[in-house]
Amino acid sequence: MLKNIVSSGSRATREGFGAGLLELGRQNPDVVGLTADLMESLQMHHFQKEFPERFFQCGIAEANMMGIAAGLATAGKIPFTGTFANFSTGRVYDQIRQSIAYSHKNVKICASHAGLTLGEDGATHQILEDIGMMRMLPGMTVINTCDFNQTRAATIAIAAHHGPVYLRFGRPAWPVFTPDNQKFKIGKALHLASGKDVTIFATGHLVWTSIEAAKELAEQGISCEVINIHTIKPLDDEAILDSVSKTRAVVVAEEHQRNGGLGDAIANLLVHQMPVPMEYVGVKDSFGESGKPLDLLDKYGLGKKDVLWAVKDVLDRKK
Amino acid sequence: MTDDTIPSSPSLAERRKQCNFYYMADFSKLHELCAQVRRDIVRMVFNVQSGHPGGSLGCAEFFVALYGNVLKHRPKPFKMEGKNQDMFFLSNGHISPVWYSVLARTGYFPVAELNTFRKLNTRLQGHPATHEGLPGVRVASGSLGQGMSAAIGAALAKRLDGDKRWIFCLTGDGELEEGQCWEAIMFAAHHKVDNLIVTVDWNGQQIDGPTDRVMSLGNLPAKWKAFGWDVLVLEQGNNLEAVIAMLRRAKRRTGKGKPVVILMKTEMGYGVDFMQGTHQWHGKAPNQQQFDSAMQQLPVTSLGDY
Repeated sequence: MLKNIVSSGSRATREGFGAGLLELGRQNPDVVGLTADLMESLQMHHFQKEFPERFFQCGIAEANMMGIAAGLATAGKIPFTGTFANFSTGRVYDQIRQSIAYSHKNVKICASHAGLTLGEDGATHQILEDIGMMRMLPGMTVINTCDFNQTRAATIAIAAHHGPVYLRFGRPAWPVFTPDNQKFKIGKALHLASGKDVTIFATGHLVWTSIEAAKELAEQGISCEVINIHTIKPLDDEAILDSVSKTRAVVVAEEHQRNGGLGDAIANLLVHQMPVPMEYVGVKDSFGESGKPLDLLDKYGLGKKDVLWAVKDVLDRKK
Repeated sequence: MTDDTIPSSPSLAERRKQCNFYYMADFSKLHELCAQVRRDIVRMVFNVQSGHPGGSLGCAEFFVALYGNVLKHRPKPFKMEGKNQDMFFLSNGHISPVWYSVLARTGYFPVAELNTFRKLNTRLQGHPATHEGLPGVRVASGSLGQGMSAAIGAALAKRLDGDKRWIFCLTGDGELEEGQCWEAIMFAAHHKVDNLIVTVDWNGQQIDGPTDRVMSLGNLPAKWKAFGWDVLVLEQGNNLEAVIAMLRRAKRRTGKGKPVVILMKTEMGYGVDFMQGTHQWHGKAPNQQQFDSAMQQLPVTSLGDY
């Protein structure tokens, strides 16, 4: 039920990563951490403090960090690399492609400060193409978590999955609304609210935005199904088709370019299996800029109002 | 610079044999293996009219020395994690012909499989890969500058595990133009990765010409030293005994807080007169006439062609 989904307060998703990594460190001696001069930004200092011998500071040299992670994985370790999403993907694409993805290495690429909500640092750091780049790589698992609890659970879950993983999260404090004791299942969509008029598929920070929009739409008599797609690859085809066969209208919301992200992943599925009216909430082929996170989401069409409009647009087309 | 003399140790050979480790103590056999590897390289590249014979020929002694005599390794069953074994990473993946030949002839996979090099459905991809499950390869290489980083990662893992074996890595000299190499070189010194021996194939050639003209490496030994490595220079990289002696010497220099590099001078195309000492044969296959000439220069060995 939508109205039962409430925020218990705000915490950054990256803090969930830090907490999860520390727990993992205690559970599994093969887990090792690496950073490229962003240890505290990624909240990896908790792990580093308790397991200094299993943590490797790589300096400002991300390409080398990815290669070192590949080597550690080759010899049986489970490396977690931590840097900003921009430096975790675009800067090191070829290293990930050859040394990690093509070589089937069990490396967990953990990426913070993704998207516009990085804020004031501006477009140089606000990567909006990373999901696209990562989901194009064969064999790569791509996850974008929505709150502190989910990020913590996902961090723990990916260690038990053998293979390369891209785990994307963000910088700002954000409403926490998923259970703190949840089990995270890679590739399994999270059904948040049932509805009959439209399905909103959302990932990352925009899950909360979508919940708020759905609550407002409910007051207007529009019934939204809200599904959290935390795993963009492999996509939960079954859950998506189940929902769409019922609602016959789709809105996808993500903090990413419209090109290449979750929207395209779902469109790719639906165009083959169940073509229905669909709208994207995402950045329209543009770079970001400096500003406060919420102001940026508003300006670039990723706010609650944009989800509302997208729902209304798609319902018009459904008629 | 003089290379150390080579101690012969049949008892060690015997011990290794009992453990299923590959080890060849007989130097005449190692020389024969070198000769056969050269034939394999030229035949493989000629066979598919593609591949990289120049750098491969130049590194035949290095690979035979390493896999035949220096590495403690168990070809079968091949274990990706390489626990309690020495591990080798090839960064300049385009010299795959020499690596494949030596891997096959030291027991990693059937020698007959060399005939599939670069053909559809082969495990012997143009550049080395793990994707098809070829035993002996631990990480894909070909896009240059990445192998040293992977080697360092494996060295760190060995250290964490208390595994006293070594990590070896070969990189090209032109490849050192990639910035990632220097990230790795800096990292290894900072983290005192002293169970690592990197060898640079210092042949002075790259695709577009001599490295001095394309992008000068400057004073290479001084650069490595300045980055905090223990630097060894091997003048005779195409002298099998010298390579073996140098690799052993490098092993003795490990464990002292510094990573070790061997700057190994080789001649690209060594062993085939018209391929020797020029960048022209970096990535070119010989025609029939050239092939015949190469085969005359590289006599048949008792090991036999694949």
